[in-house]
Amino acid sequence: MSVEHGRASLLIRNGRVVDPAGGVDQVQDVLITDGRIARLGRGLKAPAGTEVIDATGKVVCPGFVDMHVHLREPGFEYKETIASGTRAAAAGGFTAVACMANTFPVNDNRAVTDYILARARVEGVVRVYPIGAVSRNLEGTQLAEMAEQAEAGCVAFSDDGRCVMNAELYRRAMEYALPFGTPVISHAEDCHLARGAPMNEGLVSTELGLSGQPGAAEEVMVARDIILAELTGAHLHIAHISTAGAVRMVREAKARGVRVTAEVTPHHLLLTDEAVRTYDPSCKMAPPLRTKRDVEACLEGLIDGTIDCVATDHAPHATSEKEGEFAEAANGIVGLETAVPLLLDRLVRPGVIDLPTLVTRCSTAPARLLNLPGGTLAAGADADVTILDLERAWTVEPAAFQSRSRNTPFAGQSGVGAPWLTLVGGVKVTP
Amino acid sequence: MGWKRKDLLGMQELEAAEITDVLDTAVSMKEISTREIKKVPTLRGKTVVNLFYEASTRTRTSFEIAGKWLSADVINFSASGSSAEKGESLLDTARNIEAMSPDVVVVRHKASGAPALLARSLRCGVINAGDGAHEHPTQALLDLMTIREKKGHLEGLNVAIVGDVTHSRVARSNIFGMRKMGMTVTVAGPPTLIPPQCQELGVKVSHRLEEAIEHADVIMMLRLQHERMQGGFIPSIREYSRVWGLTPARLQHCRPDVLIMHPGPVNRGVELSPEVADGRYSVILDQVSNGVAVRMAALYLLAGSKSA
Repeated sequence: MSVEHGRASLLIRNGRVVDPAGGVDQVQDVLITDGRIARLGRGLKAPAGTEVIDATGKVVCPGFVDMHVHLREPGFEYKETIASGTRAAAAGGFTAVACMANTFPVNDNRAVTDYILARARVEGVVRVYPIGAVSRNLEGTQLAEMAEQAEAGCVAFSDDGRCVMNAELYRRAMEYALPFGTPVISHAEDCHLARGAPMNEGLVSTELGLSGQPGAAEEVMVARDIILAELTGAHLHIAHISTAGAVRMVREAKARGVRVTAEVTPHHLLLTDEAVRTYDPSCKMAPPLRTKRDVEACLEGLIDGTIDCVATDHAPHATSEKEGEFAEAANGIVGLETAVPLLLDRLVRPGVIDLPTLVTRCSTAPARLLNLPGGTLAAGADADVTILDLERAWTVEPAAFQSRSRNTPFAGQSGVGAPWLTLVGGVKVTP
Repeated sequence: MGWKRKDLLGMQELEAAEITDVLDTAVSMKEISTREIKKVPTLRGKTVVNLFYEASTRTRTSFEIAGKWLSADVINFSASGSSAEKGESLLDTARNIEAMSPDVVVVRHKASGAPALLARSLRCGVINAGDGAHEHPTQALLDLMTIREKKGHLEGLNVAIVGDVTHSRVARSNIFGMRKMGMTVTVAGPPTLIPPQCQELGVKVSHRLEEAIEHADVIMMLRLQHERMQGGFIPSIREYSRVWGLTPARLQHCRPDVLIMHPGPVNRGVELSPEVADGRYSVILDQVSNGVAVRMAALYLLAGSKSA
């Protein structure tokens, strides 16, 4: 990161502090010194020279962690850079992101990991944790050099964007990763069942005449990977879970004691395949938007903890890649700057999910499952803090994004509740 | 009722009254084709662009003749392959054509939704001449016109649509249109070629040809694309033809006044035996004739009825 830990002291006064890791949910002050949390308490005295932030009416949380983003650098800087992507993260209330390996060249060796971390040190606005590839060049045939990558700082391994179809190779990847303590993240999509179909299979695909991929394309792989996690004892993490069947299998596997965790994206919690009826490519992503029943199951899983965290799968693409024929458009949408506002307005405000649970899913849990230092406001922790304003009205204006890309199905939508201030290492990073 | 739409994108969006309006207009257009001089000045000074991204002889020619009989200037713009392969995006092509001020753009594209995309970005009218596996509204309209011409009415008729429904825009447009006109539709084919949740479109689904056609007033056979074997949808053309091909023997149990239809081009000996394709129940060539009339009606309603 470019930001040094803040030397000056900072006092966040009178905010509602929600820190699930410490079991805290009350109005308190947070004192930050030397870039770390010094103390939590009521009526804390500000030492001389301390900057005071009045957080009255605001919510003070441990920094949010987005464990699934595509920063596109190196190779696709026209879509996003580490600089623009981390600015987008800071604007969206995230203090750390984990970036996927499908760059060009692929992050399948230490040199690329080093490059990403070096760029992040120079230009990054929030903490950047690279995720290494499972297989060389994401080809699914030979393991990437995972040990060196783990040593260089990769916090997980994934061929995200592609599914490792070879079960034997995936088994070996899970075994090989065991000593690193890093999860293996599965992009669960059987490529034969999915056939490259651009949307979910069902009534809507039938009416639109678009080829559809069944939820089974995801579920077959979730089932396989749970079985492999049982075989190997590895920590399996299911990326962007999207079907009722997959949620059910993860719930059952957890109950059996399998080391499996899962994430869900805001769009799979808020949209169904009905959104595709306009043939708007901003509704195209992998996995595709599913049915109402799937959305309900994902919400249920998020609430009961079957799904550990929310991750955006922030996938920037140039406008030219997202404005033509639906079937030919690129997969994915940006999410860093819309995720927290959407979750606050659509889930927290109507009471679908309570605030401490949301903070757990956006901060505590992703930090823990990637073994990151964040996710807590305990004394001594890095002062990564996300402050929310639950009364702030917003409208999604893609032209105003910090991200270089504009591909969102939420353009023009509005709501109430948004990030207000983001601190990384005690330094304000909100653009 | 008056036609109010800028575009003709699909049967799903049309009301029954609008469908009747197009069919009635097409009947009066058909009279023109019987004249010695097949030309009226209705669309003189109007420009129709045929923008065909997929190979098509029948439909493109039909639109071209329709435009010419109405005295429109018809320009054929053929682009093979996808817009991506061609280097220019579909939207850029559309903007360029827009700059030449056409009155109607007729578009065929392999991508479902491409005409909707064009309609949103063009000021002129857009007619969908077939998009992917989505819709082919003028085909459904000419089918309805042919059925109404032969049967005298549409409501209450039983129709069997047989074959590769999954990949057929003709089937979709006909299902949407026929349901709106009060017809009963049965789709039939091997389960691999019937799209998911098809029943929710308001049709019956059958996996036995004899059952599907037994009480049908109209049998519409769909073209089987040979590449369906590669996709694993059917084991072989031979087996498909044995199980799903319409032969004189199978027609013996049908209604004596049944109509056999096919959107063309026919795979003779695959979905239709030659005896059936050329037989007394076949109205395949009537469909082609009515195609011109329906397309004249569509062009007239989009480009001519307001200024006339």
